[in-house]
Amino acid sequence: MSRKLYSLGALLIVGSLLLAACGGSSAGEGTLVCQVTDTGGIDDASFNQTAWNGVEQAIANLGIEGQFLESQEQADYETNINAFIDQGCDLIITVGFLLGDATAAAAVANPDQTFGIIDVNYLDFSNVTGHDFATDQAAFLAGYIAAETTQTGIVGTFGGINIPPVTVFMDGFWYGVQYYNNENGTDVQVLGWDPAAQDGLFTGNFDSLDDGRAFAESLMDEGADIIMPVAGPVGLGSAAAVQERGNAWLIGVDSDWTKSAPEYADIVLTSVLKNMDETVYQQIENVIAGTPSGALIVGNLENGGVGIAGDFDVQSLIDGIVAGTIQTAP
Amino acid sequence: MAKDKTKSKETKSFFGVFLEELTSGSLLIPILAIISGLILGGLIVAITTEDVYTTWSRSPIEAIGLGVNAALKSYAALFNGSIGNPGRIISALQSGEAAELNRAFNPILESLTKSVPYIFAGLAVALGFRAGLFNIGAEGQLFMGAIFAVWIGFALKGLPTIIHLPLALGAGALGGAIWGFIPGFLKAKTGGHEVINTIMMNYIAFRLSEYLLRGPLQRPDTSNPISPFIEESAKLPRFFGSPIRFHLGFFVALLVAYGVYWLLFKTKWGFELRTVGINPRAARYAGMNIVSVTVIAMSLSGALAGLAGANEVLGLNYTLAPAFSSGFGFDSIALALIGKSHPVGVVLAALLFGTLRNGAIQMQIAANVPIDIISVMQALILAFIAAPAIIRTIYRLRAPDEEESIVLIRGWGG
Repeated sequence: MSRKLYSLGALLIVGSLLLAACGGSSAGEGTLVCQVTDTGGIDDASFNQTAWNGVEQAIANLGIEGQFLESQEQADYETNINAFIDQGCDLIITVGFLLGDATAAAAVANPDQTFGIIDVNYLDFSNVTGHDFATDQAAFLAGYIAAETTQTGIVGTFGGINIPPVTVFMDGFWYGVQYYNNENGTDVQVLGWDPAAQDGLFTGNFDSLDDGRAFAESLMDEGADIIMPVAGPVGLGSAAAVQERGNAWLIGVDSDWTKSAPEYADIVLTSVLKNMDETVYQQIENVIAGTPSGALIVGNLENGGVGIAGDFDVQSLIDGIVAGTIQTAP
Repeated sequence: MAKDKTKSKETKSFFGVFLEELTSGSLLIPILAIISGLILGGLIVAITTEDVYTTWSRSPIEAIGLGVNAALKSYAALFNGSIGNPGRIISALQSGEAAELNRAFNPILESLTKSVPYIFAGLAVALGFRAGLFNIGAEGQLFMGAIFAVWIGFALKGLPTIIHLPLALGAGALGGAIWGFIPGFLKAKTGGHEVINTIMMNYIAFRLSEYLLRGPLQRPDTSNPISPFIEESAKLPRFFGSPIRFHLGFFVALLVAYGVYWLLFKTKWGFELRTVGINPRAARYAGMNIVSVTVIAMSLSGALAGLAGANEVLGLNYTLAPAFSSGFGFDSIALALIGKSHPVGVVLAALLFGTLRNGAIQMQIAANVPIDIISVMQALILAFIAAPAIIRTIYRLRAPDEEESIVLIRGWGG
């Protein structure tokens, strides 16, 4: 609870600073943006929080108003969305596939209400914009950097569950390593993912830190010295295992792990970033300007919707990916 | 609850008991506990308000005023969100527009809707308490009920509502009953303690639901762990237009509550169940079959919890997905205690929980109070009820003549 209070406090402070400074643009004055979280809550150190960061940036820069409601269970999604419709929100951001059905139902019942939904790309309504992410592009860069850095010539990855939002990371990672091999005539191996078979190593869950530790240890036993766990908090278990061995690196996912898990900053090589805040901010700007956001906002390297953390010289790769000359996924 | 008290209740009607409970003072402690919880909750809202601290150094009196203001504001939001905004209701009645009326009356109806799973799950735990069984497995039984109900709901097609809906509800009850039967059977036959076994059965149910949502119950053409929608004919009908979700499940819950009351206090079997709960040795000497009472009581308790899960799936969500319950099964243990394991008390306590949960939404929106404060408030109310001596001391109430013997204690006795 204290963390929630803290984030609330932070929000109040941001608000009061704004008032004090009377600064920032006021383009968004009178615009109300509302976010419904899934059951992870607003401070989940993952997509709920990152999306809310986008709203907070818009509060600071554009002068909009922002509110959020936290869901505690499946039946809350509909209630919370309805409460915000009642509140007269100009844009309702819902987070994650768990809210997909409730968002679809609300979009049909309220054709004049604008919605944005994070990490969902299959809703086809004129008033819903899906926020999708070309994560393979950023994971490609991480794979390239890993191949460049590895001492043993072996890198590894594993996922939580074999679903597209997870495997897209592993695809990009694999392609990045292969690209490095082709360019430099090396033979860096990727353990844990086979893009042709679309199968590999999976813990089967997104919450067992113990699995993360065990998977990282067996990958290190196989000789891997760089590991990318694509399984949310499971990866923290891997980070602990890597830190104990002391001769390997970890690649973070979703957010910059040197900031979200600073205790492991010394072993984090880089992080594959999914910047939901960028796409949320973009849609808020669209709403203020009155331009439709369309069916999808795709976060990619070009618009900053995905990226990698840290300072690496990969601009030529980014140019190639943006231009479409480098393949990042099957 | 004292023995002579329960006996006197047997001769009274359901509503007679209701009135007696309200007036006789046995509800006095819960009511005072609720009031104390709300006061302390307001205090917490006040001391977690940022402005109070920034103003304190300048003017403590103004700071206290801000704190009181914040507390009042959040309770106003709680009232508007859970009962309804009086001004809005009046203007809606004057305008007579259907959409506006729906929105104005939605808060109170939503509170009733939110209390439905609490009624079922609370009855489940209360029935267990009455038989001297501590059913901590309501949450798992609720998951099983939801799984069975959603499966019958989407797998059977082309049935009329009059057949499909009862079938789906029955399947939910059956799913929960199976999950209650197993620990009941283990308890009766092997002495395996139901507290341990129901907790373990919870984990099996949670992981089973995760597996099923990735396998047989997964919606086709999606990679997400979510079940297909149930058929129209399996849905608990809603009575009003959007956004009101109030549905038939509420009346089913009241009916089931009456059924549990009748079973416990009006039948020979209910008498046996309560006797086993109060003193199993005496029950055995009286020739009662403890094994069958224990097994049936646990199965019935599970069935009631299963109905809570079925109700959420058939009345609200129409599909099953992860995070489908925020812990009704665990909250209901406390709830059964507030309700003194009596169906009337359980219904009243469930209405309280539903109202608080529903009001929490407006508290978040209008007063910026985190939803966690509501949980803290519930916990405070519970703590006061669980420790009646505190309330008696604060409000200078006379101690009861006879020491209150709480039925659940037997649950630990084996």
